Amino acid sequence: MAISSTYKKIDYTPIVLYAIIVLFGWLNIFAACHTEAHAEVFDLSVQHGKQMIWIVISAIFATLILFSEARIYSNGAYIFYIGVLLMLILTLAIGKSTNGGVSWIEIGPIKIQMSEFSKFATALVLAKYLSGQDVDIAERKTWGTILLLLGLPAALIFLQHDTGSTLVFASFLIPLYRIGMPPLIFSIGFIAVALFVGATSEIFGRFTNYILCGLVLLGCLFYLFIYLGKPKTKDYVKAIAALLICCGFVFSVDYIFDHVLEPHQQNRIKVLYDPTLDLQGKGYNVHQAKIAIGSGGLTGKGALKGTITPAHFVPEQETDFIFCTVGEEWGFLGSMALVLLYTWLLQHLITMAERQASLFARFYGYCVASILFFHFMVNIGMVLGLLPVIGIPLPFFSYGGSSLLAFTILLFIFIRLDANHMSLL
Amino acid sequence: MWKIIYIFAFHLVAHADRHILFIVSTMNDTFKNRSQYIRMAFALVAIILILRLAYIQLFDKDYTTVADAQALREVVQFPARGYIYDRNGKLIVYNEAVFDLMVVPSETLVRDKNDRKKYHQANDTALLCRKLGITHADYEARMEKARTYSPVVASIFMKQISKEEYASWQRDLYKFKGFYVQRRTLRSYTRPVGAHVLGYVGEVNDSDIKNDSAYYRRGDYIGQSGLEKTYENELRGVKGKTVMQVDVHSRTIGHYLDGKMDCTPIEGNNLYTSLDLDLQEYAEKLMSNKRGCVVAIEPSTGEVLALVSAPTYDPNLLVGRVRGDNYSMLEADANKPLYNRALQGAYPPGSIFKVAQAMAALQQGVITPTTGFACNKSLVGCHNHPSAGRVQDAIKMSCNPYFYNVYNRMIQQGKYKNVFKDSQYGLMVWRDYMLRFGFGQRLDIDLPNVKSGYIPDTSFYNKWYKGHTWSFSTIYSNSIGQGEVLVVPIQMANLACVVANRGYYITPHVVRYVGNDSVKTRRKEYVTKHQTGIDKRYFDIAVAGMNDVVYAPGGTGHRAAVPGISVCGKTGTAENYVGKVKRADHSVFIAFAPKDDPKIALSVYVENAAGGGGTWAAPIAGLIIEKYLKGTVERTEVERTYMEASPCQPLMKPKPATPKK
Repeated sequence: MAISSTYKKIDYTPIVLYAIIVLFGWLNIFAACHTEAHAEVFDLSVQHGKQMIWIVISAIFATLILFSEARIYSNGAYIFYIGVLLMLILTLAIGKSTNGGVSWIEIGPIKIQMSEFSKFATALVLAKYLSGQDVDIAERKTWGTILLLLGLPAALIFLQHDTGSTLVFASFLIPLYRIGMPPLIFSIGFIAVALFVGATSEIFGRFTNYILCGLVLLGCLFYLFIYLGKPKTKDYVKAIAALLICCGFVFSVDYIFDHVLEPHQQNRIKVLYDPTLDLQGKGYNVHQAKIAIGSGGLTGKGALKGTITPAHFVPEQETDFIFCTVGEEWGFLGSMALVLLYTWLLQHLITMAERQASLFARFYGYCVASILFFHFMVNIGMVLGLLPVIGIPLPFFSYGGSSLLAFTILLFIFIRLDANHMSLL
Repeated sequence: MWKIIYIFAFHLVAHADRHILFIVSTMNDTFKNRSQYIRMAFALVAIILILRLAYIQLFDKDYTTVADAQALREVVQFPARGYIYDRNGKLIVYNEAVFDLMVVPSETLVRDKNDRKKYHQANDTALLCRKLGITHADYEARMEKARTYSPVVASIFMKQISKEEYASWQRDLYKFKGFYVQRRTLRSYTRPVGAHVLGYVGEVNDSDIKNDSAYYRRGDYIGQSGLEKTYENELRGVKGKTVMQVDVHSRTIGHYLDGKMDCTPIEGNNLYTSLDLDLQEYAEKLMSNKRGCVVAIEPSTGEVLALVSAPTYDPNLLVGRVRGDNYSMLEADANKPLYNRALQGAYPPGSIFKVAQAMAALQQGVITPTTGFACNKSLVGCHNHPSAGRVQDAIKMSCNPYFYNVYNRMIQQGKYKNVFKDSQYGLMVWRDYMLRFGFGQRLDIDLPNVKSGYIPDTSFYNKWYKGHTWSFSTIYSNSIGQGEVLVVPIQMANLACVVANRGYYITPHVVRYVGNDSVKTRRKEYVTKHQTGIDKRYFDIAVAGMNDVVYAPGGTGHRAAVPGISVCGKTGTAENYVGKVKRADHSVFIAFAPKDDPKIALSVYVENAAGGGGTWAAPIAGLIIEKYLKGTVERTEVERTYMEASPCQPLMKPKPATPKK
């Protein structure tokens, strides 16, 4: 396809939203990092200077993708995927450790976090596999393959002690749901999460486990005698099995919580239930984040006029806790504007995905929207104290070259595919 | 709640098998409606986040307070305390810079290059100890104290290092990481005099902070006695502040809002006192080696010229690092140097009281200027002298029987037939006169802790004698300034003022103006003339009598005479007891000069100086008058005699320890 026709068909809405978010993000990184000594925009010794370089690099990649051949992504999906897997293994072998995890490889002066790039490669490979002629999602073999394709990178990332990035793979459930995955998986997942939260938060004191099991029993009885009315033997078996599994799950959660989860993971969950429990320790991050955001009020303190942000009360503020800066310096109006920008982008991505003629492009589009959504929800939810502290960046916004470049590639591949949305890949 | 969730969950499970599972690769999309669910889920999350934001940012105001508390730090800038000047513009009290050596313990350590958990000393501690003149153990103890306070916040390592000491190692300070100096000011005195009037400053206590919590913070200084206490609000000035932004380690990272919230400190007001520094110094020299006090006042204005309580102390002793030790030493001294006898001592006035008796009796009409009484020693003891035929002579000779009779007429005026009832009436009339002289009530001088002395009233004697069975015969000692009467030395000087002014006094005070070199405000509180209500012509008799005391043959105070100046005075010899044991008499003298147009009125009180008012107090008063009116004392021989004399019995006790400088 000629370059000129591609140029005309590109949807510029996501590009404009992307650009606004990236630049707004950089401004906030500058606010979080700049000091009197490092007030220059292109000071490469500090984060905001480095981020500017990464923005330029990302812009170059975005342009290259927009003018590339769309078939590269369809045909090369497996190559990208295998390449990423090899890089993840390489990371484990020679990677540098930060914060107890081994997730970086150094290439010259540049540090690369390969887990960020695994997302677009996995999305491509899943889209490629599911759009195959002979693939039937109803078949067990298909689910096995999907689990394998998802599980390989997820496992490699988990081995790097990067729980946050591993959890991001859960976002692939949304595109799978869209193309026909039974909601049973969601239901089971929902019940499991509800029971897990109930059990770990000890919501009913020391009787929590028994009361939760009682509730499951009530649910089973309700299902059998009120919902079904006349249950058959087969239904009794199902209900009893479900009851036993749920009770077993509840009682094993205590064990899991105490013996399987690592202390820092336990803390992140405990702090979520009661951030005032230990403000100097476990609850410190979230508490300080809320102080910073709360002190912003309606209109904020003004750009670069924050008091908490430049004082580094919030650890990792330029990366995972960058939203604090928005809250403090731009206030409720600025924070809400950012949330609305993301929401606009996500809704627009769904619109774009829905107009794709090919399953490959549509599935990939949903993957892009879902990954961005997961990051957006978990990151801001964490900063606002709604979700446990899971270290994942705010897309396009947080400081971090790998993350910015990887999200740019993820998004712009879809924008490129969308430019040919009428064609079947 | 949980039930609803379970119903919802089971609904989803139950419907699972009804979904048709096949893949769609064309526009015929069976699961198209699911895109709407996904859109709704995305929107729902956005709404939850915005609601949460609204809660944190708009409705819960606690976060703003907490944010300011932890991110902003007010650094107080202390204003210079006001100076104190004497009546001739001579500087008495000023400030001198000292330096507190501060340390941030964490900054004195450096991390090991290889093992990040190990730390090393960043400084040559041996060199630092040598510079400061402390031992290594002392260094460790001070550092530990600072570390206990906070490892990352500056605290005082060594207090109040003098300018000279600081200058000697200032050049090397940069070598010591984590150490820096903070400038403070301390009170300093041009001459080691006036301790009791000037007072001292010390650290605030809890009740000071409670009384003015808007101003004082722990560690601040406040005037604790003397002028420093009375004029604390004038002297202290207005604190300045800079609002600094601090980071998570409490390190300052800049001015908040570019310094818009900052304000500079405003210096305290100066005090322009009525003290004559030279006279104060001279009077203190005269009172050295003695217990007692001198109060000198300008009678026409009530301005205090000198106020001495002996023994006194060098005010520099209660400044700076040595303050604590010296205070304990002064407190342990049996001669009580911290006690301000001039304001806090309530003494029997002795014969000086007779002047007030004569005036009251004349005004009341119970005697006339020419009333005479025989010196009948059977009534009350007296020295050998001819009987006084008029009031003027009675004052000159200080005849005890004369004033016994005067007081008799005053107390028993014959208004009632019942002698007890008559005494009740007489006492209250007499007491009223005494109060008009400023006795028996607190003179509202601008110095703290002034005693009121005591003039007994009827209820006192009713209680004392358990019923109404007292009369003149039981209370006659008051007539000669003994008995139940107690007078504070400042009130004695005030009596001299009343006579000098021929009938009134202005409340004694030390400060004339408050302000600075460009704006001075006169103290308006001290202009009221307190009239005694006694005719001037009676005071002329008192003046003549007091002049006779010094100059006439047979006068009791001729040692107060100053060549070329007409001095008026009155001697007193006050009997006193400790428990039931009689001690050596107090020597008392009040005086004013010159006789016409008096410029100085004073009282001199020398405790337990056997020999009477004429022997010790009168010559000291004469020397002070000479010094003030002539500028210099030509009678150097006399001067030396009284400066060196130590007549007090028992003798002055040795000081418990030598003071630290």
